[in-house]
Amino acid sequence: MKYQVVIGLEVHTQLTTNTKIFCGCSTRFGAEPNSQTCPVCLGFPGALPVLNKKVVEYAIRAGLATNCSITKRNVFARKNYFYPDLPKGYQISQFDLPICQHGHLDIDIEGETRRIGITRIHMEEDAGKLVHADIPGVDDSCVDLNRACTPLLEIVSEPDMRSPDEAIAYLKKLHQIVMYLGICDGNLEEGSFRCDANVSLMPVGSSTFGTRAELKNINSFKFIKQAIEYEMERQAEILDEGGRIIQETRLFDPNTGTTRSMRGKEEAHDYRYFPDPDLVPIIISDEWIEEARGTLPELPEAKRARFMTDLALPEYDAEVLVASRELAQYFEDTFTLFPQAKTVSNWVMGEVTRALNDDGRSISDCPVTPALLADLLKLMEKGTISGKIAKTVFDEMYKSGKAPEKIVEEKGLVQVSDTGAIEAMIDEVLEKNPGQVAEYRGGKETLFGFFVGQVMRASKGKANPALVNEMLLKKLNG
Amino acid sequence: MEIFDLTIHELHEKLQAKELSSVEATRAMLARIEAVDDKVNAYITVTPEQALAEAEAADKRIAAGDIATLTGIPVGLKDIFITKGIRTTCGSKILSNFIPPYDGTAVARLKERGAVIVGKLNQDEFAMGSSNESSYFGPVKNPWNLECTPGGSSGGSAAAIAARTATATLGTDTGGSIRQPASHCSCVGLKPTYGRVSRYGVIAYASSLDQVGPLTRDVTDAAIMLGAVAGYDQMDSTSVNTPVPDYVAGLGAGVKGLKIGLPSQYFIEGLDPDVKRAMDEAIALYKSLGAEIREVSLPHTEYAVATYYIIATAEASSNLARYDGVRFGHRTEDARGLAQMYAKSRAEGFGSEVKRRIMLGTYALSSGYYDAYYLKAQKVRTLIQQDFLNAFQEVDVLLTPIAPTPPFKIGEKLADPLQMYLSDIFTIPVNLAGTCGLSIPAGFSAAGLPIGLQLIGKPFDEQTILSTAYSFERETQWHQKTAPL
Ligand SMILES: [Zn+2]
Repeated sequence: MKYQVVIGLEVHTQLTTNTKIFCGCSTRFGAEPNSQTCPVCLGFPGALPVLNKKVVEYAIRAGLATNCSITKRNVFARKNYFYPDLPKGYQISQFDLPICQHGHLDIDIEGETRRIGITRIHMEEDAGKLVHADIPGVDDSCVDLNRACTPLLEIVSEPDMRSPDEAIAYLKKLHQIVMYLGICDGNLEEGSFRCDANVSLMPVGSSTFGTRAELKNINSFKFIKQAIEYEMERQAEILDEGGRIIQETRLFDPNTGTTRSMRGKEEAHDYRYFPDPDLVPIIISDEWIEEARGTLPELPEAKRARFMTDLALPEYDAEVLVASRELAQYFEDTFTLFPQAKTVSNWVMGEVTRALNDDGRSISDCPVTPALLADLLKLMEKGTISGKIAKTVFDEMYKSGKAPEKIVEEKGLVQVSDTGAIEAMIDEVLEKNPGQVAEYRGGKETLFGFFVGQVMRASKGKANPALVNEMLLKKLNG
Repeated sequence: MEIFDLTIHELHEKLQAKELSSVEATRAMLARIEAVDDKVNAYITVTPEQALAEAEAADKRIAAGDIATLTGIPVGLKDIFITKGIRTTCGSKILSNFIPPYDGTAVARLKERGAVIVGKLNQDEFAMGSSNESSYFGPVKNPWNLECTPGGSSGGSAAAIAARTATATLGTDTGGSIRQPASHCSCVGLKPTYGRVSRYGVIAYASSLDQVGPLTRDVTDAAIMLGAVAGYDQMDSTSVNTPVPDYVAGLGAGVKGLKIGLPSQYFIEGLDPDVKRAMDEAIALYKSLGAEIREVSLPHTEYAVATYYIIATAEASSNLARYDGVRFGHRTEDARGLAQMYAKSRAEGFGSEVKRRIMLGTYALSSGYYDAYYLKAQKVRTLIQQDFLNAFQEVDVLLTPIAPTPPFKIGEKLADPLQMYLSDIFTIPVNLAGTCGLSIPAGFSAAGLPIGLQLIGKPFDEQTILSTAYSFERETQWHQKTAPL
């Protein structure tokens, strides 16, 4: 039988607030275990949570950016379960009144736009981490509660995706948005952006969803695809043999690319949600929402459209440039100083990206600032240096951080546009290669490039290529 | 009169006049504890070294002219209050080795004013009980009759006042846990409006009902203590940001023209005749002082106990999940694997009343039962709140008994939890409504056991119940009688 896959995604994004959601402890990653804790996030008797308003602000931003309606009266609820990384024996989350509801994101799949519904976004606290003690002969687990009580947004999609590629497109889009909003650092490996996937199959043509499995522990875009594809095969096999899919949680193993059952343990839970009596309802006013709307940056979709219409950039360029807010900003800053969009785009996508990739730096650490890059492009435009020399200069700028004028001057890279000097070099080249001159004049015009190359070499690349072309042509054609 | 017999305001005058030092007062109190607490068992932990150090510091402050009303006064704290560096057990084995790393807000406010903390007082385990019999540290005896319970859960806090082993104490009241023991021990006990005093650093039983309040010798002391601990605290989201009046200054307002309501549902058949008589006498006295007495109705009263035992236990089942043996408190020595560690640590650490309430609450929140129990209870709670608001349209305060009977014998109601739960029938509705209530000594039974009177006020109008109580106290002087220890 042919099956249609149905995918829904639950994404946990860790928010980049300086302090935790219910206490004043720092959220910095990688600190000494349990050094960023207090009675509140340790779940000590008598301690009480106090909401960090910044989290609400971030949640509203996320909701607005994903076309959600914002819930006016918000209630935090307790999700009760025992686990050593959960200090209070319950997680403070939201249950029936999440802060954002009924949103959507549009994704492009093979030239078509698909709308993926967003069921809800809610605020909650993260749990700590279990660490296995590295002591010989001891198999005890240790608990690190630095992460406990750090703020999360859980973003739940509708089961609207119909292929692994759609799932990836949705995730990438969501990832891009939270990064643009500046509410999440987007680091998948450190767990700042975590994804669970609900996957089920139904016969092609059916509209009744099959039983789903929830896939956990997927921490890269690549693994999402692997996990879903594996799950599709596994479920299809069971269905083909007339079996039934069990609703369960399955753990993805990145080493084998497979998923394995957590034996329904999760499903046995009754979380006994109820409103947290330690926290008062948060009322979100229209003013608060508008204030948050005012802080929204231009989102990638709008930026991409503007690059194409206002700056006449090709779709491909626009897409690449908006990939991250920082890259787009770099492009725009350069463009402001050197308003030739396509030239800037070529350089940003070409030399700049290549250099950054080579040494693994991010755009915000690029030694060639937009101002310096614009200076370089201006030198090229004025004809002070050729395009080829410009690349050499760029490499030097990237290495030393020096201004392009300085490098050009120091290395004597100013383009030679003195016709007398160029004529002398041409004469010398023609004199040295009488055979090729005869062949060219005999009709082998493809040799022209050879002469240009020889002249450029004689000038150490500094001769103005346009002049070389023009003068060579005159000389050869007599 | 002995030093330990003095009220806060009497002791304060002597400290201010330098007739006495705080160290002397504290030594006297510690000696009194030493002398009689074996009989009463009001204290779980006595802290002589810390107390004397605090007393010395208080004396320095007084010498420097920096004296607040509570500076140098020996006070006791229910062991539900988190105290930095002092063992805090909440009456439970599971916390019998727990030394907190911080002070709660109410404790910090007492310390700022220079109060001297002499020790931590016995209570029902996790404040779950009405007789102080569920404490891991043994029952507290009623100083008026050592065979009787002092009430609960703040039994130690009330017994210490009656036994003269603390000048004043702090307790907590979730369903009557300050007022009922105050009544049984003939002291003044005040449960402020929910949100009036911070709950930060108070071990939670039922978060939406718990409230901190004083137990004292007289009304003036209650006003002093409330003034010290009340007020907004940013560490407690449910604390309310309204100004704290000078309660002592307002005590003399009198009751002329005051409208006092008698809820018909509280003057039921089966009320102990001695209690009934005490109420009648109090009503007659208020009338004679110029108050206007009216009958009012709180129609949903009969559902209060059931509502309370769903909401309180539901919240407790979640609040007590943190006692898992992982980070603090009792951990079993005999467990294989995580599930067993949880189960055994909790089975060994909690007493039977606590287990009973955790199970009740867990059940009430379980899927399939949530709507029928928890949600329904919340709706009834709203109706009960509405009852009080309606009554307060007509009257300024309500007058009721605190308990249907005088103190009962230790062991008498242990076998029948339901009977025990019903003894809180007159105090529970006040917690559900979130408003304030106070217990004041109103006489004694034929057997010589204390009887208390409850005054219930409008939300955040502690001032009126305090001044109404003060008028009564001035006329009756019941608070001057001392327990025959
Ligand atoms: Zn913290």
